[in-house]
Amino acid sequence: MKGKSLQGLSKVPTGINGLDEITLGGLPGGRPTLICGGAGCGKTLFGIEFLVRGATEFGEPGVCISFEESAHDLEMNVASLGFDLQKLQRTKKLVIDHIYIDKSEISETGEYDLEGLFIRLGSAIDSIGAKRVLLDTPEALFAGLSDVGVLRSELRRLFGWLKDKRVTAVITGERGEGTLTRHGLEEYVSDCVILLDHRVQNDAVTRRLRILKYRGSTHGTNEYPFLIDEQGISVLPVTSLGLTHRASKERISTGIAALDNMLDGQGYFRGSSILVTGSAGTGKTTMGAHFVDAACRRGENAILFSFEESPQQLIRNMRSIGLDLGRWVKNGLLHIEAARPTAFGLEMHLVRMHHLLAEHKASVVVIDPISALLPGGSAHDVHALVLRVVDFLKNNGSTGFFTSVAVEDDLQATSLSISSLVDTWILLRNIEVNGERNRVLYVLKSRGMAHSNQIREFLLTPRGVQLREVYLGPGGVLTGSARVAREAEERRELLRQQQTNKDRQLAVKISLRSLEAKIAALQAEKEARESELAAAIGESEEQKTARLADRDSLRRSRGMIDSLGRGPRPNGRERKS
Amino acid sequence: MKPAKQTKAKPATKTKPAEPRYDLRLYVAGQTPRSLQALSNLKKICEEHLAGDYRVEIIDLLKKPQLAAGDQILAIPTLVRTLPKPARKIIGDLSNTERVLVGLDLRLHR
Repeated sequence: MKGKSLQGLSKVPTGINGLDEITLGGLPGGRPTLICGGAGCGKTLFGIEFLVRGATEFGEPGVCISFEESAHDLEMNVASLGFDLQKLQRTKKLVIDHIYIDKSEISETGEYDLEGLFIRLGSAIDSIGAKRVLLDTPEALFAGLSDVGVLRSELRRLFGWLKDKRVTAVITGERGEGTLTRHGLEEYVSDCVILLDHRVQNDAVTRRLRILKYRGSTHGTNEYPFLIDEQGISVLPVTSLGLTHRASKERISTGIAALDNMLDGQGYFRGSSILVTGSAGTGKTTMGAHFVDAACRRGENAILFSFEESPQQLIRNMRSIGLDLGRWVKNGLLHIEAARPTAFGLEMHLVRMHHLLAEHKASVVVIDPISALLPGGSAHDVHALVLRVVDFLKNNGSTGFFTSVAVEDDLQATSLSISSLVDTWILLRNIEVNGERNRVLYVLKSRGMAHSNQIREFLLTPRGVQLREVYLGPGGVLTGSARVAREAEERRELLRQQQTNKDRQLAVKISLRSLEAKIAALQAEKEARESELAAAIGESEEQKTARLADRDSLRRSRGMIDSLGRGPRPNGRERKS
Repeated sequence: MKPAKQTKAKPATKTKPAEPRYDLRLYVAGQTPRSLQALSNLKKICEEHLAGDYRVEIIDLLKKPQLAAGDQILAIPTLVRTLPKPARKIIGDLSNTERVLVGLDLRLHR
């Protein structure tokens, strides 16, 4: 496919759901492919589907050489899968040749070869111009013929001959002990080997497929679950090979106005994955129902996978909070798919989801709860399943909403450890205090949008879910009646404070007033003192003047002073200085 | 690999006008040494042990491949005893006369 000068390996699409994705195009064209596996793992069906799809979808007629089942049996067996082999044979798109060997009526003497098989196969191929061949399973020859040496060399010749014929062949082989096939067919068919397997785990059967070898091509190397249902085989690649889904900027409502507000005022991104975790009874299903309801109100299709409640029960329960899902079911917008998680294996659930989604073209898918699948497989399997669902929905552009039951003390460690896969994760919690239980909600993460970091109380009312701000006080988070009580107390406290304040104002005013009075009195006193001081000063001047006058008159009277008032000179020097 | 020419449906030896007791078909694919070997071995056995009470039809599958399915022919050469019932098949070049006789249930009829 990539070669420029050299033509790379051409591939022939099988048309089997998912297989062409893993093999990056299909089986090697013009070469034989070995399908091996234990009894009942779907080898024959695999081959038949390869032929039928080739004939119906790719215009490549096919030949089926059946060594085990008669043509009639084969027709009957696959009729339940919607494959009409008789019609294909009538329209010359398929030839079925049943080859059987009854050892009891055969004896061997001398040398022989299997030219008869070649002739039959060759004439069948030529009669309709077949491009595809199924040999199911040539190992049956080992039971009918005793000369293993001849058989082996003839099989080797057969596979070479098929290559020369340029037909794409599928050869099935029963799994042997320690070997891929009981008689070592893998020695001859070495271009592509696909291993089918089925295992029982917790009473549920999981079929798996693995491409053991694909010469000249890259391929998915993992074990992929597959299943057989009324539409044939579906192989489920664990993840799509790239993370290439488009990211929508469109926002869609959560169905709860207050929650929209917490998510930047607009809700989830379209095509994102939302996880709601919480312990039992925290309102996960209700949130899912709100989301579905909002989608249907917008006129979009929605699917709700319910693993715990029947559709009737769900509709009844949601009516109690004012959500009428019944009308959406009636007008066909909503499909509620209810099944016990243990009803089938994980893969069956996944394929049912695939089929329903394709059929219903839902833009919103709710899985409630996804954790219910956990007992159906190992944690790893469920994780892979969720991964596939998330991928699938994203590629589809559908918005996925998953709920998950979590243990109260360990809410963040979701048992599915899928939190990193989802875009928006909302946590619901129970808070038990003061003899009552209240629900709170917060947004743990929400990629690509500003989101509230606040814890809100989550109330289920007859008009749906309501969110209230919780009381965050020194004593922690208060919810429910504790919050109400606390709020009342706060109001009382406020009143009390207001009253005290008034009292204090009054007191201050009074004291101010008394201060003012005091200031006035002091002022008066001050003035009195000042006048007193002035009087005293005046008095003292008068006395001084009077004393001087007295002294003058005394001196004059003693004659010690001249008319100029100069005093006597005790000596000349003193006077000169 | 195969010769282009074939010996086709060699005339069966008929010694009696009535239905022979043994009705045999030998399936071959072209004139390979092994086919010729089988044919000559068959002739010898028939003449020696069936005393003319037989009919042999030789079918070349290269010529008529559609006939292979009817008798469930896989190995070449294959000798089919269609009469008397039940049908028996012997594959190989019939080189072991003893085993051919056992295969044709001729031991008892001798």
